[in-house]
Amino acid sequence: MLFAPELLMLIGSLVLFCLCLGQGKENLARYASLVLAIASCFLSLATLQMNDNLFYDAYRIDMFSQLFKLAISIGLVIVLLFSGELKGVDDRLRPEYFLFMVLSTLGLMMLVSSVELLTLFIALELSSYSLYLMVPMRDDHGGMKMQMEAAIKYILFGVVATGTMLYGMSFIFGMTGTTYFSELVPKMHELATTPTAMLAIALFMSGFFYKLAVFPFHFWVPDVYQGASNATTAFIASVPKLGAVAILIRITTLVAPTGGEAVVNMLMILAVCSMFYGNLSALVQKDIKRMLGFSGISHAGFVLLGLLTLKDTGYATSMYYIAGYVFMNLACFLVICKVSKNGENVSIDDMSGLYKRAPILALTLLVGMMALAGIPPFVGFMGKFMLLTGALRDGHLALVILAALNTAIAIYYYLSVVRVAFCSPPEDRPDVPVDLATRCVSIALIAVIIFMGVAPKQLLAVAETAVRNIF
Amino acid sequence: MDFLIMNEGFPLLSTIVFLPLAGALVLLFLPGENVQRIWAMAVTSVNALISLPLYSRFDSTTAKYQFGEHVSWIPSLNINYTLGIDGISLLLVLLTTLILPLCVLGSWTYIKTRIKEFMICLLIMETAMLGVFMALDFVLFYILWEAMLIPMYLLIGVWGGPRKIYASIKFFLYTLAGSVMLLVAIIALYLKNGSFSIPMMMGQDYSSTFQIWVFLAFFLAFAIKVPMFPFHTWLPAAHVEAPTAGSVILASILLKMGTYGFLRFCLPITPLATLTLGPYVLWMSVVAILYGGFTALAQSDMKKLIAYSSVGHMGFVTLGIFFLNKQGMEGAILQMINHGVTTGALFLCVGMMYERTHSREISDHSGIAQNLPIFVSFLTIFSLSSLAFPATNSFVGEFLVLAGAFSVNKVIAGAAIPGAILAAAYMMRLLQHVLFRGPGRPDLADLNIREIVTLAPLLVFVFWIGLAPEPFLSVMHTSVEYLIQQVDVAKTAQIAMNIVP
Repeated sequence: MLFAPELLMLIGSLVLFCLCLGQGKENLARYASLVLAIASCFLSLATLQMNDNLFYDAYRIDMFSQLFKLAISIGLVIVLLFSGELKGVDDRLRPEYFLFMVLSTLGLMMLVSSVELLTLFIALELSSYSLYLMVPMRDDHGGMKMQMEAAIKYILFGVVATGTMLYGMSFIFGMTGTTYFSELVPKMHELATTPTAMLAIALFMSGFFYKLAVFPFHFWVPDVYQGASNATTAFIASVPKLGAVAILIRITTLVAPTGGEAVVNMLMILAVCSMFYGNLSALVQKDIKRMLGFSGISHAGFVLLGLLTLKDTGYATSMYYIAGYVFMNLACFLVICKVSKNGENVSIDDMSGLYKRAPILALTLLVGMMALAGIPPFVGFMGKFMLLTGALRDGHLALVILAALNTAIAIYYYLSVVRVAFCSPPEDRPDVPVDLATRCVSIALIAVIIFMGVAPKQLLAVAETAVRNIF
Repeated sequence: MDFLIMNEGFPLLSTIVFLPLAGALVLLFLPGENVQRIWAMAVTSVNALISLPLYSRFDSTTAKYQFGEHVSWIPSLNINYTLGIDGISLLLVLLTTLILPLCVLGSWTYIKTRIKEFMICLLIMETAMLGVFMALDFVLFYILWEAMLIPMYLLIGVWGGPRKIYASIKFFLYTLAGSVMLLVAIIALYLKNGSFSIPMMMGQDYSSTFQIWVFLAFFLAFAIKVPMFPFHTWLPAAHVEAPTAGSVILASILLKMGTYGFLRFCLPITPLATLTLGPYVLWMSVVAILYGGFTALAQSDMKKLIAYSSVGHMGFVTLGIFFLNKQGMEGAILQMINHGVTTGALFLCVGMMYERTHSREISDHSGIAQNLPIFVSFLTIFSLSSLAFPATNSFVGEFLVLAGAFSVNKVIAGAAIPGAILAAAYMMRLLQHVLFRGPGRPDLADLNIREIVTLAPLLVFVFWIGLAPEPFLSVMHTSVEYLIQQVDVAKTAQIAMNIVP
């Protein structure tokens, strides 16, 4: 029962593998993966209160891991619901595509439960390699082989980041002689002030900075977002970030609550650089996916604000923020996937007059963009507000002011998307057909974004209990 | 919670705040444009009616916040849902509930496309604006303060004039950029107090450096909203491009939020900084009055003229506030209401003409007095009120402000006087062109019943406040005295500090 969500995904991926062998099974594969994702939501929910160690203590089931698994499964459900028809992916590849999507999710679900370095590494690679394969699975638009370029960039940067991470792990093992987090934490706290420990933690984190797209591990973001198909980008932009934040929280607990100044300073600098780099670059983008990529970099910087407080409340806020971010981001990608007719990339101008062409999509876009920009009453505001409160409580006044300035910069490019959607005439762009499922997902996303922003009380309480019992 | 008189029984304030929002939700499912118009009218009118008991049951003998409601919201950060009104916010709440039905009436035929969405935006705006005036928790305040940007942006951006994109983006960016530092200041205050409750932040012993930084963060946000010179450049653009209802809401209510912010936050929370920086604000106000007057004199677009006149009028309000005496402050609050009534009415008038002529140029309306006697009578009275003609509402307000000003600093008060003359000059110039110049426009029809009904309530208030202001002033006496006392406490403490080093 404890391993049920992962076991289900594992069996599911075997089923999908069998489906890949035949031909013309893409619809079957689609619904099979959707059913899998929904079932894993329920199983994660059912195991939420459980607490145990599996596989010789290398694998931990607790509220923290199950919450993340729940969020990951929900993310997968939403992605499958709105981009299940896989526009822009060759028919013959579709069953494989679903197989890799499910495998990647399986990797992420195992990742958030791993409390041993090698398990963690294997889980991370399982999820990464599936993603590396999903990126080039796209029709070649205009013979530019853009998807191939993106895939190469993605895998090369990924491998470098993994290498750095392994290097960091080797330091940690060398210093402590163990790979188990439960033994690592006290030993690392003792070694907290040694330069080697700082270096080890910094290198270890870099693997996940890559996943979360934190400066300076962000180089893959714009090209991969642009090169991969819309559905792939929607997935890459949201679900893996949950896993990355979960592990970053675990790694941050290795830093002693006192004496981790070097790591805190590093996180601060990375946060500020990510925010400025992401926001300033996003200002000039024409392709909406690239723009969201840069905005993702700046949001990653915001997530670090919660981590660098080294407090349970801060971690809980980061969890809340990244969960909110997944929903806001998916709301925007839903619109992108629907506006794109044959899976081609969407420029910001293609949103022109969206409120006449598809009012519900325009509303979703408005809510998603304004939430990303941090306008109340949406979740983006509440998350930023609490991150800033936590950081200022720790005395990082300069950091908070810089972050607040970034909110003001960011509003410009989010608003420019809303502007074309609402204020520009559609000219001769066709209406966008919206089916019932999309309509329901849109309304559900809007409701969740507003609800999380207006009533964060329970969510925060749950996140805080989860974080308190990490080890 | 000794600052709050709890409301027993029916939660009146919450009902007033959330009724428009509920109305907007119902409106989502209503078919038929006329049904949608009538529904919006019904919701806003009912809200205006149920807000009347706020006045009749208001206890003007206490400075505490009344009709209080308090519900825990996010306990881990000590954020609460706290509502309450005092003598300063009561009239602004009533002004808001009064103006909104008139906005709906004024856009009855003006808005021809997407009526449902338009009315939903108006109703959401009403909820946010009312919430801003009632909120006693800083997070609640900030959420509503920012949340209203989205519907306002859509009102200008979707239903606005030809340069709507430029105007709406400028409005949004300007106001948002101004308030991000407000958020940092709010968090800083929270960390000093452990609570986001606004009344609990007042009267605390903050260091004067801290107060100055907080004051500056507040000031930037509120001065942009007022807008004070040199932060006013978004206002003419937004006013000119906005549809009538948008202009009316901007002028009558949104601008008041800036001055309300000064009264509610700057003065009581950072009194030392107010005393230190107040004189600079006074001179800024004088500049705003003169600048607004001179610029209005040069306009040929009626909406721009009224927009710049707003800069000048709001300058009188900030002038009254920062002289920190009872007369000036009461005059300022009354002037806030007056400006809401008069300028709102003037924008409605311009909107009615725009529907007929599709022009806002003064020259296109020259000599219409022969053809539209009813309209011109309204326009004349509201114009006279705008230039503070005796027996109209603005006279009382400006008189009180200037009386307060002369009792403190004759130089600054004297410097503001030409502003009053300028007001007469530009309004008279407008009237002269509309009344007497030119051949007239025989093709235009005079106001219909709906339009007369839209303007008549504002006309009543012009004379009511002008001839018998006591019912309006009496509710604010205690609150204003208490506010001045809060500042004076800091003043004496500062003097004591200086004597005993």
